[in-house]
Amino acid sequence: MSASTPLDIADTDAITGLRAHALAGGRGHETLFRNLSFRVLPGELLWLRGHNGSGKTTLLRTVAGLSTPFAGSVRWNGQSLRGDLLAQKSLVYLGHHNGLKEDLSAVQALRFLSQLHGRDASANGLHAALRSLGVYHRRNLLVRMLSQGQRRRVALARLALETQPGLWVLDEPLEALDDGGQAIVRSLLQAHVQRAGSVLMTSHIALQLDGVPVRELHLSTTGVS
Amino acid sequence: MNPLPRFFTFAAPSRFYWLAGLLLPWLYLLAGALAAAGLYIGFFLAPTDATQGDAYRIIFIHVPVAWMSMVLYLAMAGWAALGWAFNARMASMLARAIAPTGAMFTFLALWTGAFWGKPTWGTWWVWDARLTSELILLFLYLGYMALVEAIDDVRRADLAGALLAVVGAVNVPIIYFSVRWWNTLHQGASISMTAAPKMVSTMLTSMLLMTLACWAYAFAVVFARARAIVLEREQSSEWVRALARPLSKVKL
Amino acid sequence: MHPFFHLLQRDVRLASRRPLDALLPVAFFVLAASLFPLGVGPEPQTLQQIAPGVVWVCALLSAMLSLATLYGGDYADGSLEQMLLSGHSAVLLTLAKALAHWLLTGLPLLLVAPLLGVLFGMDADPIKALCLSLLLGTPILSLFGGLGAAITLGLRNGAVLILLLVLPLCMPVLIFGAGAVAALQSGISPAGHFSLLAALLLLSLLGVPVATAAALRISV
Repeated sequence: MSASTPLDIADTDAITGLRAHALAGGRGHETLFRNLSFRVLPGELLWLRGHNGSGKTTLLRTVAGLSTPFAGSVRWNGQSLRGDLLAQKSLVYLGHHNGLKEDLSAVQALRFLSQLHGRDASANGLHAALRSLGVYHRRNLLVRMLSQGQRRRVALARLALETQPGLWVLDEPLEALDDGGQAIVRSLLQAHVQRAGSVLMTSHIALQLDGVPVRELHLSTTGVS
Repeated sequence: MNPLPRFFTFAAPSRFYWLAGLLLPWLYLLAGALAAAGLYIGFFLAPTDATQGDAYRIIFIHVPVAWMSMVLYLAMAGWAALGWAFNARMASMLARAIAPTGAMFTFLALWTGAFWGKPTWGTWWVWDARLTSELILLFLYLGYMALVEAIDDVRRADLAGALLAVVGAVNVPIIYFSVRWWNTLHQGASISMTAAPKMVSTMLTSMLLMTLACWAYAFAVVFARARAIVLEREQSSEWVRALARPLSKVKL
Repeated sequence: MHPFFHLLQRDVRLASRRPLDALLPVAFFVLAASLFPLGVGPEPQTLQQIAPGVVWVCALLSAMLSLATLYGGDYADGSLEQMLLSGHSAVLLTLAKALAHWLLTGLPLLLVAPLLGVLFGMDADPIKALCLSLLLGTPILSLFGGLGAAITLGLRNGAVLILLLVLPLCMPVLIFGAGAVAALQSGISPAGHFSLLAALLLLSLLGVPVATAAALRISV
């Protein structure tokens, strides 16, 4: 069920959650979005929508702190993710690339990412995560040998390792997944939102989550609607 | 409109374009006049040197251009760093405009160095500290130019260039020191660049005039190049389009 | 364990899965050095004299060979983004990468250098000096190489561009490194050279990772 609620910028609890103010950004010369203001409170999922080339990926990268905005600011709990190392610890960013080294086995690749981000890297934890994404039986295969869908599942297994209500910034997490995989990811998203986590994501596959309010933000080439 | 000129008023590309355009002809004129005077004094009025004869006169070009090559590198690094620190586009554009001129002066320093060495030592090139350092400086300039050209994203190119220029600027003293050390260690086998003859006042006047001429020329060329860069980068802005418009009304 | 060590361990493990790739710079090192006697002539006197310079220049060029993939691989598969968002200092990350590069490229070059010393007819003491100079100098090459790799990340002609950018900055290392051995060979104490090399190493350790971290932020 998707619902659109009016965006309330002037909150008393002004710094909690993700807050973008007059954000402008783009790639190289081109400004893709300007004067963008939105919030994602704890327990909310914001579905970023727009045509190809409307700047969705650039916006996600700007929010995560990989790109600098042309103007404006975006803060998570009052901190900029680009500068603040502490704030980054509560961020999970999954872009188009999986972040998995091809020459490592699935479990080794996941372990590295888990250690890098300070999450549970014990054998049990990793196995449980891989199991919940349905790739446990492939855990010792080199990433190179896995199909695109299986690689995506290994990358998404990071979400299963999360226990804290942080910020998830996800770029097309459902892509390359079959129906079963999509169902698993939906349940992970639900669980995260229900423990007061925040999600900002893009998806060209429809998001239908039970009991989770999904707000939409439309980026178009002529601005925000 | 604020009647008092603000400090950063010419940081706006459009205003820089206007000011630079205004100054250009005067700068070229100044450069020409100073160069003519400097060269006349240096080549005709300064006395012949006892040991080096008339061949030494090349230093009236060699020394000023060598100074310019080093000063311009610092200027380039400085403007690039400002552009990075203050997110100022104009500063980054100036840095890019300076680079080819700096490289040209470096090349001239090397070339005139060769012309100086040949009659006095019989070889076109000597691996002495100053010439070798100039050669390395040329590589630093070329590296900067190659890097900013290779990056398509303009902002990334500006920032990467600034980082490289600053790293280069910090390394230049280290490089110069190490090259001098290397050169003194091999004294026995090497010949060092000819020392300038004892400076008479006419020689000093000529050097000074030539240095000022190089400055004026550098300003002129850098401004001209910067104007071109401004037009290229700001082509989608209103004031650039306004510049192009009158031409469309001309009926041939 | 800090992710610094995890990153180091990961890079070593990845290199061990492609051992031939890891050994290419060493092969180039020996090959390039072997070209000089062929070009210059095999007179022992000449070879002894040019040996320090030749070995050092070849080490310099060989160390640069594996730079294009230092950050390139991680950039391409998205690992670099994850590292920059991990909540750990990018400066430590670049130090870990430079150390990995040195362990996988610089150290092997150092271990093979005595062989080249023998091929060029050097005596025992100059060979020891050569190894010490490489021990001090190759980490500096890895540090500056990492900077070059970070600045040119993702560019088409990155590999050649790295050479153009990094080689001028590494000239002092070459001068003092080869100079130390040459000094010893001509009876002068190389202590001054070694001190300067050590000073350069310290300066590089302090300054270059910071610049490299900035370069990564610019390039990603």
